[in-house]
Amino acid sequence: MKKVKITIDDKEIAVAPDITIMQAAEQLGIKIPRLCYHPDLSLEGACRVCIVNVEGWRTFAASCATRVSEGMKIQTNSPEIRQARRDLIELILDNHPRECQLCERDGNCELQNLAYSLGVRERLFEGRRKRHDIERSSPSVIRDAEKCILCRRCVRVCAEVQGVFNLSQLYRGFNTVVAPAYEGPMNDSVCIACGQCVNVCPVASFLENRSTDKVWEALADPDKHVVAQIAPSIRAAIGEGFNQPAGTAMTGQTVTALRRLGFDAVFDTNFGADMTIVEEAHELVLRLEKNEHLPLLTSCSSGWIKFLEHFYPEMIPNASSCKSPMSIVSTLLKTHYAEKQKIDPEKIYMVAIMPCVAKKFEAERPEHRTDFGAPYTDAVLTTRELIWMIKAYGIDITNLPEEDFDTPLGFSSGAADIFGTTGGVMEAALRTAAENLTGKPLDNLDFTGVRKTEGLREASIKIGDKELNVAVANGLTHAKEILDKVKSGKKTFHLVELMACPGGCMGGGGQPYPPYGHHVLDREVLKIRGEALYHIDAKKQVRKSHENPFVKKIYQQLLKTPGSDKAHKLLHTSYHAREPRGIK
Amino acid sequence: MMETKIHIDKDIKAFMDECLQRDNPKSYLIAVLHKVQKKFGYLSPEHMDQVAQYMQIPTSTISGVATFYHFFRLQPRGKYAISVCMGTACFVKGADKVLESFKTELGIDIGETTQDGLFSLENSRCLGVCALAPVVTVNDKVYSNVNEKQVPDLINRVRSEEE
Ligand code: SF4
Ligand code: SF4
Ligand code: SF4
Repeated sequence: MKKVKITIDDKEIAVAPDITIMQAAEQLGIKIPRLCYHPDLSLEGACRVCIVNVEGWRTFAASCATRVSEGMKIQTNSPEIRQARRDLIELILDNHPRECQLCERDGNCELQNLAYSLGVRERLFEGRRKRHDIERSSPSVIRDAEKCILCRRCVRVCAEVQGVFNLSQLYRGFNTVVAPAYEGPMNDSVCIACGQCVNVCPVASFLENRSTDKVWEALADPDKHVVAQIAPSIRAAIGEGFNQPAGTAMTGQTVTALRRLGFDAVFDTNFGADMTIVEEAHELVLRLEKNEHLPLLTSCSSGWIKFLEHFYPEMIPNASSCKSPMSIVSTLLKTHYAEKQKIDPEKIYMVAIMPCVAKKFEAERPEHRTDFGAPYTDAVLTTRELIWMIKAYGIDITNLPEEDFDTPLGFSSGAADIFGTTGGVMEAALRTAAENLTGKPLDNLDFTGVRKTEGLREASIKIGDKELNVAVANGLTHAKEILDKVKSGKKTFHLVELMACPGGCMGGGGQPYPPYGHHVLDREVLKIRGEALYHIDAKKQVRKSHENPFVKKIYQQLLKTPGSDKAHKLLHTSYHAREPRGIK
Repeated sequence: MMETKIHIDKDIKAFMDECLQRDNPKSYLIAVLHKVQKKFGYLSPEHMDQVAQYMQIPTSTISGVATFYHFFRLQPRGKYAISVCMGTACFVKGADKVLESFKTELGIDIGETTQDGLFSLENSRCLGVCALAPVVTVNDKVYSNVNEKQVPDLINRVRSEEE
């Protein structure tokens, strides 16, 4: 493509003709301030914070939405431009609560940061401000429209990346509000609880529904046996909350920190992942033998499962009936473990630490309740919530010694570690299924064909004399694509891994906000977090789920064989069609 | 997929079928909503849900469109549909105060209906009876030279007739 010559701030540069002024400026080390812009979403040009002067143009141009053209002379800075940007932010602030010190985004809020860096130092007007109550119906996501600045990032991520279309801008002018259809409660909508709106919101208008209060309370209760489990992707992301570079593995320190917070035992969701794999691989082999309900759709992502129930209920029989690793650990804790350790299961309080806000929804599903009526998982904390608790307690996690998980629910194979990244569940399942199918151990454990972070990929994998067609999708727009392909019958698939969030759990709705100046869901960061997990996997002695000695023991003592009646009672679940029905 | 029951009648269905045959069927959403409103007097969530399923347009999008345009009503009209003329003549003679008074007395905004379903409130463009300004219509009845102080009385009269 022929390059075009432009001048930005008196510097000449030749750039590709199909990029925007904002992108061209970045090549010169100029970072134009921005607010509504997100590189993975469609262009909105709503906030106009990124305005620049183009010679010969009557008005300032929004640099995120204006393409370069030959000979363009652009000025990104002048007293007028800076003043105009400041005015825009001031206008937003005039209609925004002044409560930064009480706000969960204090310190990592894009609006606050912009106001600071653009030099807003005083507010002159106290005018009419919009008033809205906080909407708390969803166990996963709360909506505080009073803080919304109408950038529409949430609307775009929900539609473009997740294919859910739950949110839209309602009413107009001063009354404009971002909400589900009919301004109804989130809990009554097609929301799949993924929390991507929380991730992309620049302010505190979407937040996870906090569980920290009840966890502090449980930790302070001497009668309760409080147990933690941490998901694979926590260990590779928690460091970011303490100024560590992305991808710093902090498994041991996290375990130590949890003990110091007062948890009586610290287990690993990975153990549940190993169990999931053994059951799921068994399911796959059975379905291949009978040639029914193929492809098998993985079931560990709770957001994806809710999506399935709203959007593709006709495909529920294809989903693995296996519980998610979180729910498996919680179930085994309150049954088998409680019995062995002679602890009254009603006194056990299970806190699951997840990169995910949909897990808060999953924990509340009636399917996941004990015989005595309590949920198997009592509380779900996101990575962000745990980071905050560690800070609130005054623990310097980066200087902690590393401790090990408790056994038995704390030991895991490398296959479980990679669950946290897209393609990981597939790879883990193949390691076990391949041996089930061929009866022989695998030479090469790394199915690198599925190790990429793109949203959708397909591969064919030869196992014995069988050729298995597999696909991996993350982000539900990609899930729609692959499911429609499956339904069209054009190609036969045997196994499809689906995860609701971009990049898999690594990009979950509960992961740390990026440091200022970086954008959330940066593919590079997701990849680095994922690589940390592949490193942990490569270093482990046991790398196949079915070889985890504690998994073997649970089968010997309790479940007998994968897919047994007992295994079904404890480790499997069911799904059902949900209203309102989603629009594909 | 489950069959969605379409309560909206045959004509509207036929119109939607027609739209679905054309290029870019989703661009006919406003036209479809107009038809629904004409038939039922307003757009309920149920109506919008049905249009959503039939035309495969997300309900959030439909709800966004329906709340953006003044023309669409989201509640059924009350038994007494009050309309305050906001034409220039009426406005100059204090129609805005009259409208405010209705809003406070009834506790509703323009486009809304009272809980008991008795009153709904709208504003209208010039009715062409400027000599009578400010003008308020209640269903087909025209009230002339209304001032804001008369509003409570007017409402009470209707209320007591209802009892
Ligand atoms: S959203 Fe940001 S600007 Fe608004 S109160 Fe919270 S921290 Fe302050
Ligand atoms: S949680 Fe996910 S599905 Fe629900 S509104 Fe937010 S982005 Fe959309
Ligand atoms: S809720 Fe957040 S992301 Fe959505 S429009 Fe408002 S400020 Fe933007």
